[in-house]
Amino acid sequence: MVTRIEIAHRPQHADPRGEALARQARTFLDIPLKQARVVDVYHVEADLGPGEARRILAEFVNPVLAEGALGRWDGSPFDVAVTVGFKPGVTDSVGKSARVAIEDTLGRSLGSDAAVFTSQVWRLVGVSREQAERLGRELLANPLIQRMRVETAEEWRSTPTDLEVPRVRTHGVPPVETVDLALDDAALVELSRGRLLALSVDEMRAIALEFERAGNDPERSAAGLGPAPTDVELECLAQTWSEHCKHKIFNASIVYREGADEPQMIRSLFGTHIRGTTERIERAIVEREGRSWLVSVFHDNAGVVAFDDRRHLVFKVETHNSPSALDPYGGAMTGIVGVNRDPFGTGLGSDLLVNVWGYCFASPFHDRELPRGLLHPRRIRDGVHAGVIDGGNQSGIPYGRGWELFDERFVGKPLVFCGTVGALPVTVAGRPGEAKAARPGDRIVMTGGRIGADGIHGATFSSAALDESAPVQAVQIGDPITQKRMFDFLLEARDLGLYEAITDNGAGGLSSSVGEMAQGPGGACLDLSLAPLKYEGLAPWEILVSEAQERMTLAVAPGKIEAFLGLARRREVEATVLGEFTERPTLEVRWGSRTVALLPMSFLHGGAPELRLEAQWAPRSFDEPSARDRDVAPAEALTALVGRLNLASGVSKARRYDHEVKGLTAVKPWIGVNRDVAADATVFLAGHDSLAGFVLSEGVNPYFSDLDTHAMAGAAVDLAVRRQLCGGARIDRIAILDNFCWPDPVATKDNPDGPYKLAQLVRACRGLDEAAVAYGTPLISGKDSMKNDSTLGGIRISVPPTLLVSAIGKIDDVRRAVTLEPRATGDRIYCLGLTRAETGGSEYFRYLGDRSGRRAPLGAPAPFVGSAVPRLLTAETVPLYSALAQAVAAGLVRSATALALGGWAVAAAKMAIAGGIGVDLDLDSAAGIDALGVDEALFSESLGRILVTVSPGDATRFERLFDGLACVEAGALDGTGRLRLRRGASIWAECAIESLANAHTGTLRDV
Amino acid sequence: MSDAALSRFRSLPEHEQIRRRGQVRVLVLTGLGLNCEVETATAFRRAGASPECVHLLDLLEGQRRLLSECSILALVGGFAFGDHLGAGFVFANKIRYRLYDQLLEFIGRGGLALGICNGFQTMVRLGMLPGLDGDWRTPRATLAPNDRLGYRNAWVRLAFESGSPCVWTRGLSTMDLPSRHGEGKFIAESPEFLERLETLGLVAARYVGPNGGATEEWPWNPNGSARGVAGLCDSSGRLFGLMPHPDAYLYGFQHPDWYRTRSAKDAGLEGPGLEIFRNGVDAAASAI
Repeated sequence: MVTRIEIAHRPQHADPRGEALARQARTFLDIPLKQARVVDVYHVEADLGPGEARRILAEFVNPVLAEGALGRWDGSPFDVAVTVGFKPGVTDSVGKSARVAIEDTLGRSLGSDAAVFTSQVWRLVGVSREQAERLGRELLANPLIQRMRVETAEEWRSTPTDLEVPRVRTHGVPPVETVDLALDDAALVELSRGRLLALSVDEMRAIALEFERAGNDPERSAAGLGPAPTDVELECLAQTWSEHCKHKIFNASIVYREGADEPQMIRSLFGTHIRGTTERIERAIVEREGRSWLVSVFHDNAGVVAFDDRRHLVFKVETHNSPSALDPYGGAMTGIVGVNRDPFGTGLGSDLLVNVWGYCFASPFHDRELPRGLLHPRRIRDGVHAGVIDGGNQSGIPYGRGWELFDERFVGKPLVFCGTVGALPVTVAGRPGEAKAARPGDRIVMTGGRIGADGIHGATFSSAALDESAPVQAVQIGDPITQKRMFDFLLEARDLGLYEAITDNGAGGLSSSVGEMAQGPGGACLDLSLAPLKYEGLAPWEILVSEAQERMTLAVAPGKIEAFLGLARRREVEATVLGEFTERPTLEVRWGSRTVALLPMSFLHGGAPELRLEAQWAPRSFDEPSARDRDVAPAEALTALVGRLNLASGVSKARRYDHEVKGLTAVKPWIGVNRDVAADATVFLAGHDSLAGFVLSEGVNPYFSDLDTHAMAGAAVDLAVRRQLCGGARIDRIAILDNFCWPDPVATKDNPDGPYKLAQLVRACRGLDEAAVAYGTPLISGKDSMKNDSTLGGIRISVPPTLLVSAIGKIDDVRRAVTLEPRATGDRIYCLGLTRAETGGSEYFRYLGDRSGRRAPLGAPAPFVGSAVPRLLTAETVPLYSALAQAVAAGLVRSATALALGGWAVAAAKMAIAGGIGVDLDLDSAAGIDALGVDEALFSESLGRILVTVSPGDATRFERLFDGLACVEAGALDGTGRLRLRRGASIWAECAIESLANAHTGTLRDV
Repeated sequence: MSDAALSRFRSLPEHEQIRRRGQVRVLVLTGLGLNCEVETATAFRRAGASPECVHLLDLLEGQRRLLSECSILALVGGFAFGDHLGAGFVFANKIRYRLYDQLLEFIGRGGLALGICNGFQTMVRLGMLPGLDGDWRTPRATLAPNDRLGYRNAWVRLAFESGSPCVWTRGLSTMDLPSRHGEGKFIAESPEFLERLETLGLVAARYVGPNGGATEEWPWNPNGSARGVAGLCDSSGRLFGLMPHPDAYLYGFQHPDWYRTRSAKDAGLEGPGLEIFRNGVDAAASAI
């Protein structure tokens, strides 16, 4: 029986959802929507007794605000109604909460078959049917996950009340199949493609060979398995060997060629330039300090560094690009709640402290024709923000860093970086917090959400193959409340010492989580028929590899299993024993009494053939702006720059993210008199028991990649580190994370440019390595995403190679933190670092390109990339930073900001906007200035530079620290309310701070 | 809990005050999507009381006595059940059907309650606030979605009603606090009802604009609340709820202007948000 309940705001009260839609329709779609009001619909599929439906209605309706009805609510008049509901199998978390409320109201359970499905009816006034359809398509519904129905008022009245619910209907459990691999190469490739295994021909051959060799093994026949692999085995191998889990490219053998030079052989980029780099840095730390502060790196779900005697810090950043392109809201939400599980599944489990996010999009004001099937960049941006906002806020985790960069090459695929900092107790129930080990005999327990078809094969699944009642597979949708409740339960279990090991279910689902954990004890045996499902009808292999969200896998000792399960019951969190860890070195998967997979652990984890790749580097050249293109008044250029998408204040969106929950926030993400200037670094307490804190910052500049990824990587590390120091971090406790988002670097017929992109990767790794070693900042965690291309209308669009370097540092007392906010008139300004004519890949050149009216063809970089990319010269920067750190520690620095996009001019402008007083910057004696033109001096993006203010009384002490270094006095703060940029008597630019502030906040206000 | 009782308490020797504050047990409800329990418990601890975080499901299943043993009930901020079906609703519904008799008993014997953000929404949805005429179970007001749709985290300035019976805001005039919600627009069941609340001084906290007066204007008023209503108490003054977060201003350095305007003398440790917790704890202690 299905009962329909409709609820809407009373006519005398505003309907903010409807008003927001009307505004969007008018602004973005030019549809003159007069009014929109929303009706929330609940379809309760349950046997309700007499009067029960009415009781539910009475409770659901907020008596002050709303009214409602059983069946149809006869409320406000409309011209067209657009109904939006989920497709079968899509997570409906509101429906889940509604069910809880119904059961509390009725005082009884609705039974296991019952469910509540939610949808919305948008009652629109002043639009035609066609306009309503467009509005629904472009603003309300995503056909991948939602159903939409458009009816005129007449059609609405003449049809019976809709009682249809998106229940998943299935037809029994599909049988386990065996797959014959005695095939030629072409057939193996076809098999991999057809089953979406994403395995190469070499890998398929390796599997075929293994089964040819061991298929008749007596252990296999004893288990009732034949010589050919089952689909469960094949899928399990495909997941374990996937690029996502195995990082094959980063572990490949690479032949690197540069022009006609001798080719160089690189055994593994990861081993050489990531792990190797960190090992070298750690040795230096031990040499200097006698002990290391790296607690756990590279072998767990996130990196762990020592913080104080009670807790370590844990940090991980991930990307979720493809899912966010398909379903921006769900994809991005899964990104944030997914990365939460990484620190949570590190060691014995961390308390989650702070999230970070960063996005690369095409312009939200994109006005060119979009290839079919592509969502408008504005919609992708809005959806991604909304998903991470809801995911973070509802999980009760503040954000600490948030940034956006824009380039038209992100039109096909946005980059969505999400990360989380956690605190791992030094001791958990008497054991070291970072130690985790499943032992033979420990139970395999899955807890949290249930398994569905969502996320099987991730985003590679072709939705065309779906029939109407089939569950949606292509995207997962997070349910932060289910996860939050699971986390709360697990933290209690952790502190009671109820489990031995924990890890998350992310990519590859159970096959990865159990497969990885089983390496400790030897092996594992699990029975998939015990797994709790969202609905029946999943094949065993689907259950094994499903990436359904909100699940953790644990190892629980037999003596503690009752206590563990009992606590789960009391917290109303599902927890199920699926099997146990074994000494036998195999992964055995059962379906009831039948064995459906039996894989030697050695083959599962060590059987994948090594990838061999070719890299070929040759510098490329790009257009420079002409003298005429550069003929622009500096004040005009600066005003334009601070309002460009990459520099404009993103505070409108960012304020929708909580940044203060937990009460640990010291320096907030947006600062200054109007609290709308992005902070160089943010600062948080790690707990309420100490004034020590941590500092967060990052560096990222995909634009330099067009010229040289080596420089790009150096720039990213340098900026992240420089911002740490400008925030007040100790120089000797900074750790960094690397997140590579690359276009496909493997050469194929469709990707002839692969060797160049691989060479870009090699160069980036070398740049990263050199910078990290120079600064002594170990790489504690990272991730790579290697297929960021899309083919649209026959054109291949590749993202510019992007390396995000995230940094976490320590500050001994958060009250010693520094910001870019100038403090008082009369304070002296200092310029640190050397400026060179490095305008290649600069924001200034991109501005000149836009100003010239030229537009790059789809997939190409913006006009005027130029040639001179900023290079990191650590021989100059290392002593400079060390002096800066001393000055900060001595309390001599009143404010500081690291130069990034837009050089001295933009740094001074940001300082001026944040302070609102007056900045008089005189570059006359700034290092390197003599050799430069005015625009180069102002806008070049040379690295290693910092703008500092110092109180006049401290000037001598400050200057003494920089003896012999590039540090010069360069003007003072004044009370003029203006920004003046000059060289001695020659005034280069002068702007009222108010007009700069307006330009800075205007671009993205309410966008 | 009169002013006289409070001033008697505050004239006790320091060590006696400390001892009595330590006897004030605070029940901080957690679980189901709430998330401000740690900072709220920290605030009560710094105010001298003895807070205890208890999962609502534990309270419902057998540990109900905890409610009768405590002096203060804290309903913290968060997203109970994701704010689905209206902020605070599903959580309030659990309390209404499974704990309400005990809760009324708690109120009846003089218990104090503080609701912050999600907790305030829950109290209003239950009818605990404004709790006029001894009726703590009929909802006569609501906290509706903000006029400008969506969640927003930004600092606002509050002014406290000087003639309010509210024990939590006694002696306070204005305070800057972070506002962090998507549903905070106060709507009373009728204009007359709102007027009665104002006459009785139950509108204990209001959003004020740059000129210091109550405002309905964004961004000073983040949600469009009529007459700038930001917090309410019941007629006893013991139950108090507000949308902004005193629990996120426990240290001076958390003010957005602190790093810009700090002076060498300012240690930055005292957050004015603590005053609200101190008032409540002292009121409870003076009744012991």
